Amino acid sequence: MTKRPPPSGGFFPRNFQIHPPAYAPDYKSSIVRSPKLALVSIGNGLSEITGPVFGHEDLGPTDNDLILNYSAKDKSPIGERIIVYGKLMDESRKGIEGALIEIWQANSAGRYRHIKDKYIGPLDPNFGGCGRTITGEDGHYEFRTIKPGPYPWPNGINDWRPSHIHFSLFGPGFSQRLITQMYFEGDPLIKICPIVNTIPDKEAIDLLIARLDMANTIPMDTLAYEFNLVLRGRRSTMFENRPEGN
Amino acid sequence: MALSPKIYQELPSQTAGPYVHIGCTPQMAGLKTIYGGGHLGSKMVNEKTLGIRISISGKIFDGTGTPIKDGIIELWQADAQGLFNSLDETRGEPDQNFQGWGRQPTDILTGEFHFDTIKPGRIPYLSTNRLQAPFISIWVAARGINLGLHTRMYFPEEVEANAEDPVLNRLEHQNRVHTLIAEPLEDGVYQFDIVLQGENETVFFDI
Ligand SMILES: [Fe+2]
Repeated sequence: MTKRPPPSGGFFPRNFQIHPPAYAPDYKSSIVRSPKLALVSIGNGLSEITGPVFGHEDLGPTDNDLILNYSAKDKSPIGERIIVYGKLMDESRKGIEGALIEIWQANSAGRYRHIKDKYIGPLDPNFGGCGRTITGEDGHYEFRTIKPGPYPWPNGINDWRPSHIHFSLFGPGFSQRLITQMYFEGDPLIKICPIVNTIPDKEAIDLLIARLDMANTIPMDTLAYEFNLVLRGRRSTMFENRPEGN
Repeated sequence: MALSPKIYQELPSQTAGPYVHIGCTPQMAGLKTIYGGGHLGSKMVNEKTLGIRISISGKIFDGTGTPIKDGIIELWQADAQGLFNSLDETRGEPDQNFQGWGRQPTDILTGEFHFDTIKPGRIPYLSTNRLQAPFISIWVAARGINLGLHTRMYFPEEVEANAEDPVLNRLEHQNRVHTLIAEPLEDGVYQFDIVLQGENETVFFDI
């Protein structure tokens, strides 16, 4: 990969109004896993503005195709066939090229292929449930998969997760590292999900909802959902201090 | 150079949930064959990597003192010369045999994580020439963690450098510095436990 010009600024500070607080008691798992003491702000230095580089050679050709990457020859997983695509960019609307995106999800019955998941919804022998890709030139990414089913989970007596896909995102800087979840437009379970509702800004929840995109749907084959991914942006100002002696 | 206005908002974080191993370290979830049977970040060094070999193991404890078994932990660090293998490294040519990034699951049965890496070189602090003590940046995600947590691991044998380190020195509660310093087990072998909550809660950073 080619070198970029030297970065001139650190990342915009995080807006903690849109992120869930560490302690969100309606999501019970957070109660004993939330630090009680304040985060110590140290700003962006070299170790924060730099981050790992991934190459296309790190990945296999079907890694972003969950319909193919675990299925037996000539078999397909059961469920609604979908494409999830969009653009990875930063808060300044710059597309981020060469970034690693990883996803994982339940199958169409709401069951994860994980040795700890004992939900009654059956495993699908042709579905693994993970995928990964590296973004293209303008930050473009796409996955093909099946729509995950909702599933019940032990929190309240009757809590259900809306259909969702987990996303793990890298930007060029390690301080951009983010894990989040994608939901589907129109799902009535979104509003009542305790995990969704850890997000204090209700308008920000909308940023996690993928839109049905009929234009990119493949007729008689696969529906398309658009989901754009935004990571922290970077200041770029001529007034920034330069490292002394450089 | 033009200013970059902030036009969009970063996506809100959501917990990695109980099954983050499927996506990030699938073998630990039971998907033995996917991705050729390995996960990204599993091997940080090869025989050509420059620097002193070290290993780090530890556990991540919740507020009840129970190790968490469904998390992931990532390291990001400079090479032996103090350079990052990153597109934004402009100070020199980093070691091409060292990516600088590693990822491991906390073991599904024991909660333990383990890394084999090298001891990083020292890097300057912010935009100054002042050197920081050697350290490794760490990021943790798991069920119940709503926004991934950043911390650092420093080295116990670096007594002088640690005492002068600008980040360690700016901690208001100096009695918490020890939560950022690994325990030496033997030469090059360290234990670094992370405590999410309660007594000896690890210092986490907003970076
Ligand atoms: Fe999930």
